[in-house]
Amino acid sequence: MFSFIGRSIIQKTVTLFFVSVISFLIIHLAPGEPSQVDPMNPKFTPEMVERFRQEFHLNEPLYTQYLLFYQDLFTGKIVSWKDNQPVLAKIWERFLNSLPLFIVGTLLTWTLSFPVGIRSAIFRGGIYDRSATFFAYLLISIPGFFFAYVLIIFVVTVFHVPVIGMETFGMGAASWPHLFMDRVWHLLLPSVLGATGGIAVLSRYVRSQMLEVEGQDYVRTARAKGLAPDQVHYKHALRNALLPFVTMFGLILPGLIGGSVIIESIFSWPGMGRMAYEAILARDYPIILTVNFLSAVLVLIGTFVSDLLYLMVDPRIRL
Amino acid sequence: MTNGPLILEAPLAPKQTRLEELWRLFKQNRLAIIGLFIFVLFFITAILGAVLTSGRDPLFDPALIRLQEKLLPPLSRPHVDALPPQEVPTFGRYLFGTDDLGRDVFSRMLQGAWVSLTVGFVAVGISVMVGIFMGGIAGYFGEHHLRWNHILGVTLLLAATVMGAMGNVWTSLGLLMAGGLCLSLFRLVKPYRKLRFTTAWLFKNAVSVDTLIMRMVDIMLCFPSFFLILTVVALLPASMYNIMIVIGLTSWMGTTRFVRAEFLSLREQDFVTAARALGIGNFRIIFRHMMPNAIAPVLVSSTIGIATAILTEAGLSFLGFGVPPPHATWGNILSGGKGFIFDAPWLTFIPGIAILIVVLCFNLFGEGLRDAMNPKLRER
Amino acid sequence: MEEAYAPPHKDTLLLVEDLRVHFRGHDHVARAVDGVSFDVHTGETVCLVGESGCGKTVTALAILGLVPIPPGVIASGKIRLRDTNLLTLTEEGLQDIRGNQISMVFQEPLTALNPVFTIGDQIMEAIQVHEKVSENERRRRCIGLLTDVGIPSPEARLKDYPHQLSGGQRQRVMVAMALACHPALIIADEPTTALDVTVQAQILNLMKSIQHASAMSVLYITHDLGVVSTVADRVYVMYAGLIVEQGTRDQVFQHPRHPYTRGLLASLPSRSKRGKRLYSIPGSVPNPAFKPKGCPFHPRCSAAIAECAVDFPGMCDYGHGHLSRCPPVYSRERQE
Repeated sequence: MFSFIGRSIIQKTVTLFFVSVISFLIIHLAPGEPSQVDPMNPKFTPEMVERFRQEFHLNEPLYTQYLLFYQDLFTGKIVSWKDNQPVLAKIWERFLNSLPLFIVGTLLTWTLSFPVGIRSAIFRGGIYDRSATFFAYLLISIPGFFFAYVLIIFVVTVFHVPVIGMETFGMGAASWPHLFMDRVWHLLLPSVLGATGGIAVLSRYVRSQMLEVEGQDYVRTARAKGLAPDQVHYKHALRNALLPFVTMFGLILPGLIGGSVIIESIFSWPGMGRMAYEAILARDYPIILTVNFLSAVLVLIGTFVSDLLYLMVDPRIRL
Repeated sequence: MTNGPLILEAPLAPKQTRLEELWRLFKQNRLAIIGLFIFVLFFITAILGAVLTSGRDPLFDPALIRLQEKLLPPLSRPHVDALPPQEVPTFGRYLFGTDDLGRDVFSRMLQGAWVSLTVGFVAVGISVMVGIFMGGIAGYFGEHHLRWNHILGVTLLLAATVMGAMGNVWTSLGLLMAGGLCLSLFRLVKPYRKLRFTTAWLFKNAVSVDTLIMRMVDIMLCFPSFFLILTVVALLPASMYNIMIVIGLTSWMGTTRFVRAEFLSLREQDFVTAARALGIGNFRIIFRHMMPNAIAPVLVSSTIGIATAILTEAGLSFLGFGVPPPHATWGNILSGGKGFIFDAPWLTFIPGIAILIVVLCFNLFGEGLRDAMNPKLRER
Repeated sequence: MEEAYAPPHKDTLLLVEDLRVHFRGHDHVARAVDGVSFDVHTGETVCLVGESGCGKTVTALAILGLVPIPPGVIASGKIRLRDTNLLTLTEEGLQDIRGNQISMVFQEPLTALNPVFTIGDQIMEAIQVHEKVSENERRRRCIGLLTDVGIPSPEARLKDYPHQLSGGQRQRVMVAMALACHPALIIADEPTTALDVTVQAQILNLMKSIQHASAMSVLYITHDLGVVSTVADRVYVMYAGLIVEQGTRDQVFQHPRHPYTRGLLASLPSRSKRGKRLYSIPGSVPNPAFKPKGCPFHPRCSAAIAECAVDFPGMCDYGHGHLSRCPPVYSRERQE
């Protein structure tokens, strides 16, 4: 057990190192430079560009830049090129904005897809299963940005509530129930949109896992024992079908950072995704690299956690 | 009891080739048939669209700006008297209306179909080829080991390429020589016992091929994919080819894992052992004996990959990082229409629904094929 | 002629009459079980023998109402357990029967036991469904059952998962689970096929000793004539969804009447046939969706005559409960 943990920590550290090198190389070897983004800008005189290059060590060889960058990252001294703000503080602030979207979206995904998937599997081939299947495909196939506009039109014309942004501007004087409902309305659409794809994919996966398990011999044994169908489905089959999902639990984590670039920019939601998008537009390398690094860290932690969870849940695996 | 058997063979089930069997099972899935139908329709439309919207004097001109005709709803007639005759749309109507610059949306949709089709196919083609290549190597040659001098040599060669690309010719040549030396070192040093002893660490086994490739997959999976694509596309000069390549190079990991797993299990099967016992070469075994067994599911999942690639491209276009204007794509038609969502909803709905239908049909078609090929699901 | 066979008890426990189970494909109907009739008396061991694909497992599943419907259909027939027709029971009614009056032991104990529950849980669950007894009582009975089936230190094993046991022990657990509620009939579907030969004998002996202790009937479903010759009181030979010959073990083994049974017996290796080429029945089992007309066995039969391809064969009575579905052989042997 401990050797497994130790080994996987070493392995993941090595992976992280390569991720950091590769993302650094991708960004720095790409043609163009942040100082040349806007040659028309009068502020970018040759002297300014030179000072900029000096300040951010752009004249050093690549490996020195790499070391300096990650030194800054780990000591927390890293600043954005655009406005000289500390990057980590900025990310933290945006992260707190994204968090409610992420939590509501994840809750929706996991609470909806399991009942739907299980029901489809139990009544496979029936009306419920077929319509659930079709809707799942529909949701997988619909482009998020298009669906967002359809929903916006629908909500705005039917309920007459504003939904863009985190809250309606200029509501300072309203009573708190109003403020609260306003927040809820603003939160609802983007999180539903963020969850749709997840619900569709996850419910399909639950269904196929369930079908796989329902065909196993031990399900027949359970029925031959005289168990009621509910006990057969929800105890014997579900328990086995759930095993793989324990590992998926760890894979939620990366969603924290990746956020949704598209949805956040449609809804003008000042979250992580939008920040990353703006950073890409401005070629703000420190932010891009930091976001990338943090999300790689989350992916690795996520896989680690899911490996551990699987070890704990499946009695067949012993180290 | 002396009568000979009257009929030697019992009547068996009617014989079917694998393809007929597949088609018979596939036919049962009505949604998949619709998917296939739309798939073919889309294919034809995209190719026709590419022909009809290109050239010097295209039948449908997607770039023609008629400012006085802007934001006309679908099926409206042009103001013929206000237009020069060569600018009147074909069929005498704007089938899908016009956009904010008075361009014919129908022509732009036709042009965009071709973009979606090529991006989908080329990107997935790249990812499938890389995936099969990497997965095949990992699965078949996985237990071979790389020695340190291989790794050193390849690193030096890569550095040489980078240096060469940056214009540093002499450093590049030097690194190239060093790299080549490293790779051929084993042969060169072999006769000299003493030298071999001092450089022994260079010839130690460092890492198995399988580990190396699977670690590469792990590394690639660490990147948030849409964010990575966005970054790279934003940094590179805007072009359709860059988008295809970037989407392709960031989505090969699934195929690699699948092909590796498949090869690992196929390699243990008797027909491969038999082929090897007959002295058939590695590459012939891989391509003639193992690949046909592994390829079908890969192709099926690539159908679904195409759907994903089309969605990704549309998303990029929507964010303004896609194929550069004036070339039309479904994503940037929608993106351009979002400002007029209440005045000209067709600018949002026509491309949106088009993407939805095409992606949906690819998904349904792919899933139908997968169901038909999965022997486990056959009885269900 | 043989002595008349006397079953251990006069009462019929299970009576299957003209059972037909069909499976609907998209353009054909597979008649997996095509008019099977047999009976099992109390305390008796009956074997259903046949090659794989002849419909014997489907018959067993149909008794417990476990045939997947759809695609399966029970086209006709009666399955009587004492006085109740199982085919007319509701799902709830069947649940009372399953595990309680009829229980089943499956072929592959590794996959038939749920991998995520301990064996104690699985056995106690079988008791819990049918009898309202306290947790402690269940535990006590569970330990007793494991002792009965010969599992050493049963208290410790209760907390084991199936993968921690050996193949033979797993099958013993399956037997214990089947015995949990003292059923009147155990259906054992190829209970020893997945096991090593030495373990096979142990399991068979175990079943036999349990059967002697309680007046329980056992219905073996098997293709292994070796098993049949050691355990069976009576034998039913199945081919292509039909019973082709039935009788006591001695009748069927000493005086087989049906060409198929004769073929099966001739293909058994034995000491007397040493050095000779082993017989095998030519051809293969017909696809249940495309059975030949007339006698389903005639294309492979060395005794077939022209009528066999036309007339569906009826049962011919050789007396003392020995029946065979081959009129040509019957009439030929009557003439001699």
